[in-house]
Amino acid sequence: MIGNLPYVIVGLLFVYGLFAVIFERNLVKIAVGVSVVEAAANLMLIVYGYRSGGNIPVFTLGGEGGSFVLPTPQALTLTAIVISLATSALMLSMIMVLYRHYGTLDVREIRRLRG
Amino acid sequence: MSWTNHLPALVVAVPLFGAFGAPLVSKAGRIPRNVWFILIAVLTALFSLLLWQHVNATGTAVYVMGGSAWNLPLPSGMQLPVRILLEVDSFGALMALIGSICTLAGALFSLQFMEKFTGLDKYVALYLLLTAGMQGMVLTGDLFNLFVFIEIASVASFGLVAFWRDRPEAVEAGFKYMLISTVGVMFILFAIAFLYGRYNVVNMGAIGANLQYGLPEKVALIFLVVALAMKCGSVPMHMWTPDAYAEAPAAVTCLLVAVSQASLYALFRVCFSIYGMSLGSSAVAWAIIVLGCLSMFIGVTMAVIQKEIKRLMAYHSVSQVGYMLLGLGVGLLALGNPQEMSDYGMTAIKGGLFHLLNYTMYKPLLFLCAGALFYAAKSRNLNDLGGLAKKMPYTTVLFVLAAAAIAGLPPFNGYVSKLLIYESSFAVHPILPVVAMVTSMLTLASFVKVFQTAFLGPEKEVFSSVREVPQSMLLGMGLLALVILGLTFFPSWSLDHFITPAAEALVDKASYVGAVLGGGF
Amino acid sequence: MLHMRPLSVIARVVCNAFAWFMVVFGSYVIIHGHLTPGGGFQGGAVVATALAFLVITHGGDFALPKIKKGLFISLEQAGLLLFICTGFVALGTTFFYNFLAKQGGLFGSLVPLGANPGVLNSSGTIALMNMAVGFEVVGGLSLILFYMLHGIRQNLGTEEFGKEETGHDR
Repeated sequence: MIGNLPYVIVGLLFVYGLFAVIFERNLVKIAVGVSVVEAAANLMLIVYGYRSGGNIPVFTLGGEGGSFVLPTPQALTLTAIVISLATSALMLSMIMVLYRHYGTLDVREIRRLRG
Repeated sequence: MSWTNHLPALVVAVPLFGAFGAPLVSKAGRIPRNVWFILIAVLTALFSLLLWQHVNATGTAVYVMGGSAWNLPLPSGMQLPVRILLEVDSFGALMALIGSICTLAGALFSLQFMEKFTGLDKYVALYLLLTAGMQGMVLTGDLFNLFVFIEIASVASFGLVAFWRDRPEAVEAGFKYMLISTVGVMFILFAIAFLYGRYNVVNMGAIGANLQYGLPEKVALIFLVVALAMKCGSVPMHMWTPDAYAEAPAAVTCLLVAVSQASLYALFRVCFSIYGMSLGSSAVAWAIIVLGCLSMFIGVTMAVIQKEIKRLMAYHSVSQVGYMLLGLGVGLLALGNPQEMSDYGMTAIKGGLFHLLNYTMYKPLLFLCAGALFYAAKSRNLNDLGGLAKKMPYTTVLFVLAAAAIAGLPPFNGYVSKLLIYESSFAVHPILPVVAMVTSMLTLASFVKVFQTAFLGPEKEVFSSVREVPQSMLLGMGLLALVILGLTFFPSWSLDHFITPAAEALVDKASYVGAVLGGGF
Repeated sequence: MLHMRPLSVIARVVCNAFAWFMVVFGSYVIIHGHLTPGGGFQGGAVVATALAFLVITHGGDFALPKIKKGLFISLEQAGLLLFICTGFVALGTTFFYNFLAKQGGLFGSLVPLGANPGVLNSSGTIALMNMAVGFEVVGGLSLILFYMLHGIRQNLGTEEFGKEETGHDR
């Protein structure tokens, strides 16, 4: 059961971020919630690649002999981190422009498009 | 390797090169930028046409990025598809072709439409990046590459939806779209993590070959179906569609329609080629059918009451996606049973795919006509427009053509695909074609309303100086109208040459898997 | 009207000592991307932080007008074009084929088998693309920070926004 702890933490982080996106009122807190969801997805990928007693998957630094953790999920996670950086930068810039236009950061007031 | 083997990579690489080179070329002035834009769009369309011919002649094409051959064994002697593979069958090649036609039409339209705005070098770069992302989505052979290209297309479209940054509504629409899209795509990443953790490969053919339908696969399927249906704009995840489609510039909406169809392609690739017949019970198929019926009905009832012309068309977008989900859900229902398949399953899949082809031709034309109205009359509200038929004759004719196609009037192409969907869904349950026909009637009603309000009637004085839109915009709209007329006058030919190879490639999981695993692995 | 004031003397002195060190360290991470963990994006992010460091400690009023964005735009463009052209050059075999590895020329040394300290001159187009991505990330992230910091000044009222006419009638 203790071996499942990383997966439980990933699930908790994901649910926590999702609650922040759905129920928060401040735009910046919603953007932080999206970051937490992305962190949970990245953590899930890395946790899947772990093999017990493995070294880092760099041949010259991890040394010969012994097992390595899987390197492919680490490459996938790096790509996902770069993507989440671009999305966060765009989201924060849009929040700045929204503040300039609407004068408030409350998501319940930024609702000119409805119906 | 002859150069036709490089076509899958070229279709993705040429728009990418155009996007990266666009700010540099724009420094030389306005004319070089426009020439570069149109040149890259024409090259993409040409290469995707050649790719479609090549794939139809020689079967599924597999291409590796960066290796010397795609079926090299690993140094340890194992043979696994671990490199980045592009796998193109007839369905993918068809999607690439229709996506590139939409790109070309939108590029021609935006030459004059976006003239008085600044930051156009970034507009060209983002537009070509959106094209590259969409082409990558439909040509790729593994799941993580699909995720990366979905994200490339999504981030480019966030920037383009909020392009008119002085309008607060546009930035609000872009932000809302970005929130929903990012959370949805993280669901896709979770599903990819589940599947990778179970099978240790991300290649779609390899996962499809080894699939055992346990609990993680069910969870991954639910995540993938929900997230990809969100990206297409089906109910109940459709909230971003009216805002994003209405507030984007018209040429961008033209391409956003094609990008959401690429997400629909990804949904069908997951359901048919990865899961296929191991889906067992019909729960997933019935879920997709129910989603389709809900989308059809809710989309069109919300559309009838709208006052803003592009928001109305965006709600119609939601309901048309429902038709495709209905057609392919019925096909998925019949997948395990050869008797049912030959009765109504293949007809349903052909109807869904033909409707996809038709929809990606007439819906961008409708959005471009709305953009032309906005360019000429400076307003999108139906209460302000009126009596524009005499001043803008070409736009009127094109609008009538597209509206007749979407409403399913015979003999236009929309009628043919809707007839196929009605016939096949009647064999499953009689209520399904009833919902579809009611939707069709309400679609016709709302477009008659739009046509009568905007074009017919007496001329208003505020529009006395309105002229027909410039030539390049008409050229872009005319390209799409030409394809619609071609599909109208030659329905059997286009059904046999475009749709039947694509439908057979879609349901044939064995040949999709065999193209990667059997040919050398 | 609020201003972005500089931090205290201690912060400014430490920043002057460390900002260029960040650039050097980031370049190390970029260049050794094919040997150690790191690579284009990670090293580029470290270098781009140097810009934020400088602006925050010296205050936006003092530092921002001194930064010209032309350098970063050209860095970003150069990185992007180098990346995509490296892919196209190898189109004789496949797109993105590694035509420089093991050839003995630029980045083409052979690597001995077994654990070793690593050969910098190896791995062909991977090292070249690492540097291209590094340039691009430095330019791109610095531009993001630059525009965001100008946006803060516009929101605070220190600077006029909408100076360039976007053409939309709103």
